[in-house]
Amino acid sequence: MRIIPFIISSFITIALVFALNKKWGPIPAIGKFLSPQQGFWQNAESIDGNKNENIPYKNLKGKLSVYLDDRLVPHVFAQFDEDAYFAQGYLHAKYRLFQMELQTFAAAGRISEHLGNDPRFINFDREQRRSGMVYGAENALKAFESDPVSKKVCDAYTAGVNAYINSLTASSLPVEYKLLGYEPEPWSNMKIALFLKQMSKTLAGYDNDLENTLSKPGLSFDDLMQLNKQVPDSLVPIIPKGTAFDAPGITPVKPANADSLYFEKKDTAKVLQYSKPNPLNGSNNWVVSGQKTSSGAPILCNDPHLELTFPSVWYEMQITSPNVNVYGVSFPGSPNIIIGFNDNIAWGVTNAQRDVRDYYEIQFRDESRKEYMYNGNWTQTQLRIDTIKVKGGTNIHDTIAFTVFGPVVYDRSFSKALSNNKAIALRWTAHDESNEGMTFYKLNRAKNYDDYLDAIKTFSCPGQNFVFASKQGDIAIWQQGKFPARWYGQGMYVMPGTDSSYQWQGFIPQNENPHAHIDSGFLESANQRAVDSTYPYFIPGNYITPRGISISRNLSSMQGITIDDMKALQTNYYSVFAEGARNVLLKYVNENALDAEGKKYLDMVRNWDLYATPNSTGTTVFQTWFDSLEASIWADEWKKNSLQMPYPAEQTLLEWMNKDSAFKYVDNINTPEKETLNDIVTRALQKAIPELMEQQAGGKLEWTKHKDPTIYHLLKDNVKPFARKIPVGGWSNVINAVTTTHGPSWRMIVQLSEPIEAYGVYPGGQDGNPSSKFYDNFVDTWAAGKYYRLWFMKENESKDKRILSTLTFSKS
Amino acid sequence: MRIILALLLTATISFLAGLRLEWWSIAIVSFLVALLIPQKISGAFISGFLGIFILWAVLALWIDSKNGNTLSFKMAELFKLGGSSILLILVTAFIGGLVGGFAAMAGSSLRPLPRARRY
Repeated sequence: MRIIPFIISSFITIALVFALNKKWGPIPAIGKFLSPQQGFWQNAESIDGNKNENIPYKNLKGKLSVYLDDRLVPHVFAQFDEDAYFAQGYLHAKYRLFQMELQTFAAAGRISEHLGNDPRFINFDREQRRSGMVYGAENALKAFESDPVSKKVCDAYTAGVNAYINSLTASSLPVEYKLLGYEPEPWSNMKIALFLKQMSKTLAGYDNDLENTLSKPGLSFDDLMQLNKQVPDSLVPIIPKGTAFDAPGITPVKPANADSLYFEKKDTAKVLQYSKPNPLNGSNNWVVSGQKTSSGAPILCNDPHLELTFPSVWYEMQITSPNVNVYGVSFPGSPNIIIGFNDNIAWGVTNAQRDVRDYYEIQFRDESRKEYMYNGNWTQTQLRIDTIKVKGGTNIHDTIAFTVFGPVVYDRSFSKALSNNKAIALRWTAHDESNEGMTFYKLNRAKNYDDYLDAIKTFSCPGQNFVFASKQGDIAIWQQGKFPARWYGQGMYVMPGTDSSYQWQGFIPQNENPHAHIDSGFLESANQRAVDSTYPYFIPGNYITPRGISISRNLSSMQGITIDDMKALQTNYYSVFAEGARNVLLKYVNENALDAEGKKYLDMVRNWDLYATPNSTGTTVFQTWFDSLEASIWADEWKKNSLQMPYPAEQTLLEWMNKDSAFKYVDNINTPEKETLNDIVTRALQKAIPELMEQQAGGKLEWTKHKDPTIYHLLKDNVKPFARKIPVGGWSNVINAVTTTHGPSWRMIVQLSEPIEAYGVYPGGQDGNPSSKFYDNFVDTWAAGKYYRLWFMKENESKDKRILSTLTFSKS
Repeated sequence: MRIILALLLTATISFLAGLRLEWWSIAIVSFLVALLIPQKISGAFISGFLGIFILWAVLALWIDSKNGNTLSFKMAELFKLGGSSILLILVTAFIGGLVGGFAAMAGSSLRPLPRARRY
């Protein structure tokens, strides 16, 4: 025995194993991670294709088979609904577990627990919890666990997710867990509720109430409403103009003291929301009746615009049992098909963009936050102490006070530097008890308009435009949600929270929600305001006008519509906004003031065909010029008044320029002279020239190179090699609404003929595993504006050569 | 020859252990093999190192070829290896080899010293 060499080599070995088995900051445990038998190599899938599998499930009720086709789309065939939802949960977990967990961790404010000790994560988590995300999910859970059908569906789904999680070993964990160094936890029905709340935040979590409140010293209410124009002149509403609305069932009354205590009170809250959802989360849908189509059957189209990620937010599948036969896309994290079709109907959704959040200033009795003033009495709050676990740090305990208005989001213990230590509570329809899953459960089974209406009428949040078509030939749309009935101006600012007079006085009755049900013509929605000015309620929202104009203009002029026409329309790049805006730019630009470079770029805009195609240079020059114009118009007033809200909608600016070239914001208040619109438009182009020259020198004048659209993995820049650039055109104001990271996350076209003919595609792939050929195999098809024919499989086709593999389930 | 024997034993037993046990079972296997088979300390290092190096390289190569380099390319980009699958396989094998080599050295140095011959 040789002592010295033993000690030295043992020490080195132990130190090596220790160092290689430990995570160092963002670097995973190297030895464990590289081990071909345990680490990431185990995630490398064989390209030969998937193998057939048999999965044991002790509570199986009947025969259950899943056929995976050549795009890895599963076709689930079950004898019992419970088995079908078990399979859906199992499949979601098998292909998307990391995503499901991350999204629900985000919803629950548990990001720091898994991603680390970073103030950004901790603030995010605290705001999530304080804005009532968990509270809302608990209420949703109550609603769907008290309904026996929902409970059955969710229990089966959760069992499916857990069956997959329990089958995992250290070596078969998805690669993201190996990179980050944590393991999945058991799934639960609460996580389904959390997932739905995260969708509510994404789609109904946007408002500018806090920013508006900050603007009070510099901007009157009338100015604010002028900048947030409610009914644009060019609006093509979802419900055709001239439709008569019923007299309102509820007439909210403005408090008598509103002028002094609300509209003109200037020293209220000074807080800003920490994480705001992207206002570009929009969508298109439309439906044309058989009279307008070449087949004589209605065609329904839908493309929801969300953040484009790997894995995609969507997972495509078919679910078949004796009670249901439905095909479409589902959300990993929740049961049912969300957008799709069955043997009788098709449906789709776009976001309603309605504001369903209001803030109230709370007056606490003292720093303990145990009591607050309400209707003249000190009233008890409910204090809830949340524990936020922090990876690599100590736990944080956060006390959240709940009032009659809702949770107090910002107070002395949590607010940004701007805060006056005021306490601000949030009232949000996403807090209320409701069962959104039931809507989809019923839609999946709906046979006609009545079933559809019965399915959607309880849907509360996020408000959606549900478009509908049936084989019987009728088409419909409802803007459905639980929307507060507000008096004019209510909730544009933080409201007094010391008595009940500023609370919501009720909700717009469901049957007064904007809707249309017709047999001929077409219906469309694209995040515009749903109704013209004759609708009897004040309905503020973050509306987007131009796409609705484009769709409506196209559909009005079309006859004998084919599926190919609909594909062309969904991928249409024409900018109706630029059509109007270019006229204004060309009308007011003073060409003589431009140098040779300026004239060159001006010509590019002049000669542009108004299509935001990938290689168009006109789009880049136009957009850069218009951005520069917006800054020239607004930046001076914004700076002077310390305004924090985004600039007004581009449509508002365009309409203003068209109507009144001398409107008050044109003048640059920082210069002694009074500018005209000619000066400002010309100067905006001149200011844009250096950027344009730089872009051109870098070979980035072509639109797609300029905007650089990319699909990132959910872990963003941390895993850049998992991302893909997509060489596409488009913009948020054109029908094909691809921006830099957002866009049509699923395109679907369904012709309600016999048999149904359906097409679809999403930018991603069915398998979340970055090693799989199914990780991103739809991307090129999507980017090229092409589609897959959707295979609405029948069980007797199980020998079809499109079936790659089969999962069977058995009791032991 | 003993080095070859030790190398083969280290690789084979490590593979079997790796089917069930944590990745660092390679250290235990290399240690035990070197404890059992008489070698010079330097020889033990070589057999331990190469045993694991070859095992991990072969496994990684096999997995990678079946996967068509998709994951190894992405990982090699992520870990700043210029997207080179081969380089990533070599790094993998080298890390495993180091652990195997030093563990084998420790095992070998625990062996009784060879007795000096007496005449």
